[in-house]
Amino acid sequence: MAVADIAAHAAPHDEHPTSTGLNSRKLVFWAFLGSECMFFGSLIATYLVYRGRDQVGPHPHDIFAIPFTSFSAFVLLMSSLTMVLALAAIQRGNQRSGAIWLAATALLGMTFVGGQCYEFTEFFYKGLTLQTNLFGCTFFVLTGFHGTHVTVGVIWLWTLFTLAVRGKLPKEKSLDVEIAGLYWHFVDVVWIAIFTLVYLIQ
Amino acid sequence: MAVRKLNPTMIFRLVAGLLILGAIAVAGCALKDYPQSTLHPHSDYANSIQRLLETLVFWVVIIFVLVEGALIWTVLRFRSRPGAPDPKPVHGNTALEVAWTIAPALILAFVAVPTVLTIFKTQAKAPAGALEVKVIGHQWWWEFQYPEFGITTGSELHVPVGRPVAISLETADVIHSFWFPIVGGKRDVIPSRVNHMWFTADSVGEFPGQCAELCGVSHANMRMRLFVQTPADFQAWTAAQQAPPVEPDSTSLAGKGKQVFLEVGCVACHTIQGVSPGILGPNLTHVATRTTIAGSIYPNDTEHLSKWIANPQERKPGATMLNLGLNPDQIAAVVAYLQTLK
Amino acid sequence: MATTTAPVSAAAHAPSESATGLWSWLTTVDHKRIGALYGVTAFIFFLIGGLEAMMMRIQLAKPENTFVSPDVFNQLFTMHGTTMIFLAIMPLSASFFNFLIPLMIGARDVAFPRLNAFSYWVFLFGAIFLNLSFFLGGAPDTGWFGYSNLTSSQFSPGHGVDFWAIGLQILGIASLAAGFNFIITIVNMRAPGMKLMRMPVFVWMTLVTSFLIIFAFPVITVALVFLLFDRFTGTNFYAPAAGADPVLWQHLFWLFGHPEVYILILPAMGIVSEVLPTFSRKPLFGYPVVVYSGIFIGFMGWGVWSHHMFSVGLGPIADSFFALTTMLIAIPTGVKIFNWIATMWGGRLELKTAMLFAIGFISMFIMGGLSGFMHASPPADLQQTDTYFVVAHIHYVLFGGSMLGIFAGLYYWFPKMTGRLMNEGLGKVHFWLTIIAMNVTFFPMHFVGLLGMPRRVYTYAPHMGFDTMNMWSTIGVFGIALSLLVFMWNFLSSSRGGAPAGPNPWGGATLEWAIPSPPPPYNFGTVPTVHSLDPLWAKDGADLARTTNQVRGHIHMPPSSIWPLVGALGMTLMMSGMIFGWWVGIPGLVLMLIAFYSWAFEPCH
Repeated sequence: MAVADIAAHAAPHDEHPTSTGLNSRKLVFWAFLGSECMFFGSLIATYLVYRGRDQVGPHPHDIFAIPFTSFSAFVLLMSSLTMVLALAAIQRGNQRSGAIWLAATALLGMTFVGGQCYEFTEFFYKGLTLQTNLFGCTFFVLTGFHGTHVTVGVIWLWTLFTLAVRGKLPKEKSLDVEIAGLYWHFVDVVWIAIFTLVYLIQ
Repeated sequence: MAVRKLNPTMIFRLVAGLLILGAIAVAGCALKDYPQSTLHPHSDYANSIQRLLETLVFWVVIIFVLVEGALIWTVLRFRSRPGAPDPKPVHGNTALEVAWTIAPALILAFVAVPTVLTIFKTQAKAPAGALEVKVIGHQWWWEFQYPEFGITTGSELHVPVGRPVAISLETADVIHSFWFPIVGGKRDVIPSRVNHMWFTADSVGEFPGQCAELCGVSHANMRMRLFVQTPADFQAWTAAQQAPPVEPDSTSLAGKGKQVFLEVGCVACHTIQGVSPGILGPNLTHVATRTTIAGSIYPNDTEHLSKWIANPQERKPGATMLNLGLNPDQIAAVVAYLQTLK
Repeated sequence: MATTTAPVSAAAHAPSESATGLWSWLTTVDHKRIGALYGVTAFIFFLIGGLEAMMMRIQLAKPENTFVSPDVFNQLFTMHGTTMIFLAIMPLSASFFNFLIPLMIGARDVAFPRLNAFSYWVFLFGAIFLNLSFFLGGAPDTGWFGYSNLTSSQFSPGHGVDFWAIGLQILGIASLAAGFNFIITIVNMRAPGMKLMRMPVFVWMTLVTSFLIIFAFPVITVALVFLLFDRFTGTNFYAPAAGADPVLWQHLFWLFGHPEVYILILPAMGIVSEVLPTFSRKPLFGYPVVVYSGIFIGFMGWGVWSHHMFSVGLGPIADSFFALTTMLIAIPTGVKIFNWIATMWGGRLELKTAMLFAIGFISMFIMGGLSGFMHASPPADLQQTDTYFVVAHIHYVLFGGSMLGIFAGLYYWFPKMTGRLMNEGLGKVHFWLTIIAMNVTFFPMHFVGLLGMPRRVYTYAPHMGFDTMNMWSTIGVFGIALSLLVFMWNFLSSSRGGAPAGPNPWGGATLEWAIPSPPPPYNFGTVPTVHSLDPLWAKDGADLARTTNQVRGHIHMPPSSIWPLVGALGMTLMMSGMIFGWWVGIPGLVLMLIAFYSWAFEPCH
């Protein structure tokens, strides 16, 4: 998802007044998230279209552990909360507090990714691989891409954390955190859609 | 100056010329000159399409003449002349713009209604009592099965005139598209799906068709023929196809050919009823009754059969039939055997 | 960003007008230079795609010809389609976006100049990567819409399809980056007073095109991801044996593919909407309607994709629905054509080459539109689809439409780009040769298609009645080649020895004509304030032109950077590692990460 990186790190060449009054980097990030909606929309739609067409198991109801996945979903939701707190701290100019909340967000994100790794391993031992059936390929590719997005987000958060710890994330640069937050909340929302459509409605 | 003067007349001549050329091309062509034409329908299905096409062409020609005419006339009329005054800066005209939004919408209605009616008519279920034919697309030949008669044949489809034919379409490998323009539109042949179409042919004759969806290296060589026969001829054909294959005298060349056929491996892919069970290649039980071979690209005669068996890939690029490396004597024997399979 | 908050002197970073040499081009973030790079590169690929077309036409000149082998023929039509769409027409449009959008909206550059450079370099490397396949085991050969399951490893075992799928992914990143950039540039960088409904139509069409790009490309990205997973890891996304439906590919591809068609034609419509008023000496007739119909076409482009799939057998209800939505698009398209004619009506038409190409565009696009209208009707389409009738249609729309529009734009803005006038005599020879040759080439294809010749066949039997018309098409393609030689000669000689153009040789109304030709690196000495749709035709037009060229104080321009190029190279190497191996992919990844981090922390003030 290189486009995410590019868009995120695009030149802060926008201190001039803009036609809409909105910051260009923020605006381009919204456009990027719109594009991402089509990306995840296509992945989710494919999963739904292929649901129930498998010729061999395991099927979703054979292997999903809803309580465990609910816990990871909860962890990811909580990380959105810590992200909001991180942004609020940076906007107040409190880099120390901001760094703590950024680290908390990144750690919660890593917990989620770890949970996903555990889940994938479990599924693998229960006989579901990428090649097993349509459920296998649509499920792993969809959730795998989501996991990749979370991972990119985690790297991004640690980068911001490093800046904050070194005192290079003052109030004036709060937009950098705000945009990372937009991305983080988006990834979170996508997970809510996946969790509902893939795990809960079978 | 000369160039400027030429412009409008040249546009006009060009368009007029193209229109006349087009008219000649359509009106002047006969089916014998263009055997795969979509403009010479010979079934109820193809006729429905033709009537719709006529409606479409009617409007398209009118719109074409009016709009291109308006364009060219505007260019001629308002081209810059020395001393012409500055034009008035007109920014728009609401009434005019509403009018030319509604006008195309009305024309659309004239086309949309017959379109939808034709869609539902031509995609309706086949009538009861239709002749069922199962079509299976292969890289790069067509297989035809008649469950009603227990017949399996390849590349040449026989149907009776006047009786509805219900086609079901499947594929053994990739997507193909089944198309005999003479009886109607094409229909794709898609893995994991069964498609349907039906038609009632209205005149006797022999018509070419071919695969219309890119299906690999020999896509252009995946052709077929349609034989629309009188009911009596069709009955005679089915009876001949149902008969067991001819058993050649074991001492004759053909008998020797059968031995080769059994020994060198032909049996792995080809069915000859009572002789071999292979299903990858065309059924050869009555191969001698067909007029063409190799996906209907060569005539079914000694010369072409021999060349085909000697080196299929050279005769049809990518052909999946194996080159078994037969010597000329073996080839002659096998050809003799196949030619007895009437 | 790293060590100091003190502002760096703006002058230190303002590139001097005389910056030349290879390095200045490799590191440029100037939208005008990037536009030139896009234009030259895309034109070279246009010539390559044309060469592929000529080879196909020679093969088809007579029945049972043996000029090329069937597998080479399949590679030729696949690469011809892919090249013309993704490596020629889209980047030629991008060249105009780059050069013109900041000039037309009164900006000094695009919103993200380095992202803009990155788009170009990704496009260049992706295009080279795709064409490398010719020398590395064979180009893709499954058609430009690569229908599954022919693209599976079982039926396409070579690397051709891999090159195609990975190449399109790389090119998709370039298009997406450009799409984001131009949306934000247009939304956020307009000069004071330039409200949305005061933007030139070309800017509007760029905006619509950019939105189509950012919403359509993710869909083909997903479709290609599935294909690559199937081919590299043995998954079953398009494997019928596992219960998958290969038609999924068709839905995903055309859900992208139909908006893509409008991505190809809307910029040309925008160009024509600029050229016609200038040479008619009259404002565009019904500007709001032209804008709204463009937006409506963009929206409707999302509801018609299955009209590419009527022969799949989706059932009468789906067929009817998609037939009706498709016909509906004829209305805004027709409205545009009527508005263009009405723009000329009552004007004083100066038939310069640019104007001739714009008129040629309307004339040829009408034909392409009408043949398209014919196969909007599914029963008729079932006889026409996958035949040369469709080949005729797509070429009237993409050559007669997009390419003639692009030529109109080239002749119109050449003086702005180079400061010199193009030779009008040669231009007219080019125009008439093009019009005649394209009709000789493509008009017979309508008939050869209706008479039953399928597309994508490398040979045909002699007794089918296809011979004469195919010969005409082959003769015509040499005429097109000749017309391009005339154009190239004209372009090269005029860019050196053409008469000086001055700021506004055609008397245009939009902002780019207020500044010198070629424009200075900063475009506008003073950002203009816009009071109307046609600022230079307004009463205060002369004042505007005078004040906007006055430089007051330092002008801050973004500094040049090598990181976009490095990042693009790293990304291409990383993705090509899927074919060449980890020893290319891993260094590519490292290179890309270094470039992106350096880019992110590069000072730009």
